[in-house]
Amino acid sequence: MSSPLFRLLIPILVGIGALLFWEAAVTLGDVPKFVLPAPSVIGAALLENFGSLMSALWVTLRITLLAFALAVGGGVALAILFSQSRLVEMALFPYAIILQVTPVVAIAPLILIWVGFDNVNLALLILAWIVAFFPILSNTTLGLRSVDHNLMDLFTLYGATRWQRLWSLQLPAALPYILGGMKISGGLALIGAVVAEFVAGSGSGTGLAWRIIEAGNRLQVPTMFAALLLLSLLGIAIFFALTLVEHLALRRWHESAVNRGS
Amino acid sequence: MSTSPPAPDGPLLTLSGVGKAYNGAAPAVADVDLSIERGSFVSLVGPSGCGKSTLLRLIAGLLQPSHGSLDWEDGDRPDDLGFVFQDATLLPWASAFDNVYLPLKLKGVSRDEASGKVQEALARVGLGDVPDRLPRELSGGMRMRVSIARALVTEPPVLLMDEPFAALDEFTREKLDDDLLTLWRELGWTVIFVTHSVYESVYLSERILVMSTGSNGSAGPGQIADDIKIDAPYPRGLSFRQSPAYFDHCKAVSAALRDGDT
Repeated sequence: MSSPLFRLLIPILVGIGALLFWEAAVTLGDVPKFVLPAPSVIGAALLENFGSLMSALWVTLRITLLAFALAVGGGVALAILFSQSRLVEMALFPYAIILQVTPVVAIAPLILIWVGFDNVNLALLILAWIVAFFPILSNTTLGLRSVDHNLMDLFTLYGATRWQRLWSLQLPAALPYILGGMKISGGLALIGAVVAEFVAGSGSGTGLAWRIIEAGNRLQVPTMFAALLLLSLLGIAIFFALTLVEHLALRRWHESAVNRGS
Repeated sequence: MSTSPPAPDGPLLTLSGVGKAYNGAAPAVADVDLSIERGSFVSLVGPSGCGKSTLLRLIAGLLQPSHGSLDWEDGDRPDDLGFVFQDATLLPWASAFDNVYLPLKLKGVSRDEASGKVQEALARVGLGDVPDRLPRELSGGMRMRVSIARALVTEPPVLLMDEPFAALDEFTREKLDDDLLTLWRELGWTVIFVTHSVYESVYLSERILVMSTGSNGSAGPGQIADDIKIDAPYPRGLSFRQSPAYFDHCKAVSAALRDGDT
């Protein structure tokens, strides 16, 4: 019943069933393709525009990955700073929250003005970074603080320096939290990159979001769906990549990744 | 039938009027006057909340006394006290070897240099053949052995133990009690052992300090109610555990506990 193959097969069968139903309903119901294109039509649009969609995918992917990398670097670094000084944390944490709760759509025009209209790529990067940054910061801060108190005492007894305590105790102990934050943040970086492109427009290359707007303006609904499909696949790929990283990093010791069976 | 080496001169540690109160609450430890002889095995026995763990942490320097003073024979507190917590308190991501290596690592000893000592410490607690296992791959008793190996790898003059075997089953506990006594006699430590088990304290110790909570469990004075000598010779084994003298000592300690609590 719950063999891995079965668990993989079930959602795939459901997906195929839904596609067949969709295809049949649209064909039999004579639904115009600018309202709801059949899966086969979407597939054809994907193949037809494959080259341009792939280059758009690459543009979006590049901004997503760069924003994600900067979010991880910046979030972990700031959290480490917070863990070393309560004063810095008290002073800065509220502003991190303000950055988080302000809708990125609302800041986009401002960012665009600041970086200049000939620097749209930078604006997109900043906006995606803002969205992706907070989960890393808050998770890492929590993780650095959640160290077993007895282990902290042990390090005190043996005269550990701040650096030793951070490197040999706090960071490894925070790793599950950091990786959890990265899983949230990876998806958010993609959402941020797409939303930013919707609002701020496209930079030197056209991203997937801009392709969707463009295709929408021309009522090329099958191309919109094709671009949408690629975005979903990208999101899924990011999620699985980060899940794999998490599994590899934690599988030997952390409760969340340890296989309880056998 | 040798006993532990007698104290050469003055006591190793003298506490004068030591007390500890947490933020306005009733004191956890109050006016403790006490001296500990070098090489002795001393137990602190009392019910939960009597302040015995607090007293141990004051001795370890993990807490500062609110008043009174602790005077060590050599002036300063030895900087390599061994401390064993109630839980094994191991780094979950590090192997048995690396957990035992930790105190030396924090002192700047390289892994290669430390290797011999670490292996020796593991062998002493009977874990010479599993240096690469992670804590989760060890049983509760084995984890506690790793913890003890970690405490003895720095060859500390004093070993402080905070209810170390309380979470283990009785069989494992008795085995560890015997192994601890063997190590103590071989290595000439001073051991201060906190426990809530009257039987364990009588079996292990030369001297038992009974602590009280004051009147019937209400937050109490945290003083030493009685100081009992157990003059049975070492090595102690099953014959001691089953001897009338053992039960007489247990009765005496139990009576002191009741007195201290009314």
